Amino acid sequence: MGRTLAEKVWDDHVVVRGEDGAPDLVYIDLHLVHEVTSPQAFDGLRAEGRPVRRPDLTIATEDHNTPTQGIHLPIVDRTSRTQIETLRRNAAEFGVRLHSLGDAEQGIVHIIGPQLGLTMPGITVVCGDSHTSTHGAFGAMAFGIGTSEVEHVLATQTLPLKPFKTMAITVEGELRPGVTAKDIILAVIAKIGTGGGQGYVLEYRGSAIRALSMEGRMTICNMSIEAGARAGMVAPDETTFAYLKGRAHAPEGADWDAALAHWRTLATDDDAVFDAEVYLDADELEPFVTWGTNPGQGVSLSETVPDPATIIDPNDRAAAERALQYMDLAAGTPMKAIPVDAVFMGSCTNSRIEDLRAFASVVRGRRKADGVRVMVVPGSMRVRLEAEAEGLDRVFEEFGAEWRFAGCSMCLGMNPDQLAPGERCASTSNRNFEGRQGKGGRTHLVSPLVAAATAIRGTLSSPWDLEQDPDGGRDATAARPVRPVEEVA
Amino acid sequence: MDAITTVTGIAAPLTRSNVDTDQIIPAVYLKRVTKTGFEDALFAGWRQEPDFVLNRPQYAGASILVAGPDFGTGSSREHAVWALRDYGFRVVLSPRFGDIFRGNSGKQGLLTGQVPEPEIERLWALMDAEPGLELTVDLPAQTVTAGGFTTGFDIDPYTKWRLVEGLDDIALTLRDEARITEFESRRESWRPVTLPVRSRAEETA
Repeated sequence: MGRTLAEKVWDDHVVVRGEDGAPDLVYIDLHLVHEVTSPQAFDGLRAEGRPVRRPDLTIATEDHNTPTQGIHLPIVDRTSRTQIETLRRNAAEFGVRLHSLGDAEQGIVHIIGPQLGLTMPGITVVCGDSHTSTHGAFGAMAFGIGTSEVEHVLATQTLPLKPFKTMAITVEGELRPGVTAKDIILAVIAKIGTGGGQGYVLEYRGSAIRALSMEGRMTICNMSIEAGARAGMVAPDETTFAYLKGRAHAPEGADWDAALAHWRTLATDDDAVFDAEVYLDADELEPFVTWGTNPGQGVSLSETVPDPATIIDPNDRAAAERALQYMDLAAGTPMKAIPVDAVFMGSCTNSRIEDLRAFASVVRGRRKADGVRVMVVPGSMRVRLEAEAEGLDRVFEEFGAEWRFAGCSMCLGMNPDQLAPGERCASTSNRNFEGRQGKGGRTHLVSPLVAAATAIRGTLSSPWDLEQDPDGGRDATAARPVRPVEEVA
Repeated sequence: MDAITTVTGIAAPLTRSNVDTDQIIPAVYLKRVTKTGFEDALFAGWRQEPDFVLNRPQYAGASILVAGPDFGTGSSREHAVWALRDYGFRVVLSPRFGDIFRGNSGKQGLLTGQVPEPEIERLWALMDAEPGLELTVDLPAQTVTAGGFTTGFDIDPYTKWRLVEGLDDIALTLRDEARITEFESRRESWRPVTLPVRSRAEETA
């Protein structure tokens, strides 16, 4: 019987096959490290007198609690400062490559791996962060781990892992202009639920996935964890190879040829069998938005806030009731009637250059709605530089948005970028949990295009609404024409 | 981690049930960046009370904790084990443990022995009669001895083996180090390496 993509990558990395229900010992090709989940791992090594086995397969960056403005100033929060200083000491002591605040390669750990060409098909990637699933977009097996496992990988470059089940998520059809990868994954999670992927590695397939850029595929794989899955993957293809070719750490010469030959064998065999299968029609998709406090509580933007009374499952119903109370929303309210206080454009889900271009394409030559705070946070310093080279920073600033330095920022509010209690935010990030973006803050997860349209109108909106309301937010003094939305979908 | 065979030391009675990991170590201590030095955090809330067992001089230097049922329930924080270990405890005896806590303990070299509730109460009575009493916990024999009194305790065979051998997860894996090295010798040269630093992207940016 044929094997799936996930099974092929797994099999290629088994060092010791576990017997009688014991886990397999799996080799790790790339270990990404950041300041929050690594200190105790390094401390554990120190206590036992162990070295980092493969510093050359390890890379560290500062992202979770770095400031996104005044980055040259001392970090005010003591815990944040301690964690960052500790990472710097540990990286120096153990010989680990570190991209610190201010470095051109600093940024969100899941942005810099692909950017440097370190993330590639057929490898295993781990990081002490649940959104490590992002790297699966390349056909890598990538998943988040805990601090003890971080120590284990630092010491041994392996992990004892139990086998997983496989789930195919097939998305066929063509997305309409204005509908993006983010809408696909929000719709997938709404369909299978936040626990639907538990125990599975997801493989995203179908014509709509194949048509996505690498950055779109990363957005989708990134949120696999939000469906409870261990990892999400997309089979590598010409799009993948073209993205990688020429990147700093991508293979070269004969290595490139050997890699390519291997990568072309990775796609799931025709006769392979998945443990579960899910289908989604891309033609039907509309811009999607969450109304509740978990990423599975989402609807199309044209719909209304659901009535918990219509939910059959008692646990889901109770969760919906609690969510509406926290979100201060009444059942039946049109999603588009919900006003926001803030728009956050950033996070490992949507802070790559294409995301910034999409956002800019909508807001170019317009002014943000009065009273709405708009923050644009690039995923890495490299993305920031690239955006500035294209003049996007001016577009954002003329729009009235704050243009920040790279980091996780308001996605999780570990740095000063937080919502105030009761504030409502349209956010391109990945989690709408209670208090995630700041104590008492209310989050609606959206795509960059919806974030942009929302920032213009002040209520949850898609670019489609701007077309019907051509003067909405238009700044008569702005010199640049608005690019049609079709160009950016 | 250090191997455990026999532990002889002062036993402290913790005559409470359902001691959750938030009591063992409050969340405020989770912000630290070390894996050691949590001795001050152990039972931080209860240690504010002057008559808490660990504040009594007879129990200074205690290495065995004799607790009520359902010790270590709640949050999965590994810090709970670190705090007990850093304070000096090598053994916790209880009629029942929280699953995650028990799993974490086995990995960190803290022996969690399951002793039936009547026997725990018998131990408490002996300790009450003679505060600062020394117990001997014999892991290979799975016995607890206090003076002339001896009782057994339960522990799963795998965890027992690991503790007796002093094998943490990493040490267990490193038993297969030759196979890891052999695997690495076959690793293709196209696979990623982070060092030396290459910066081709810089030229194109």
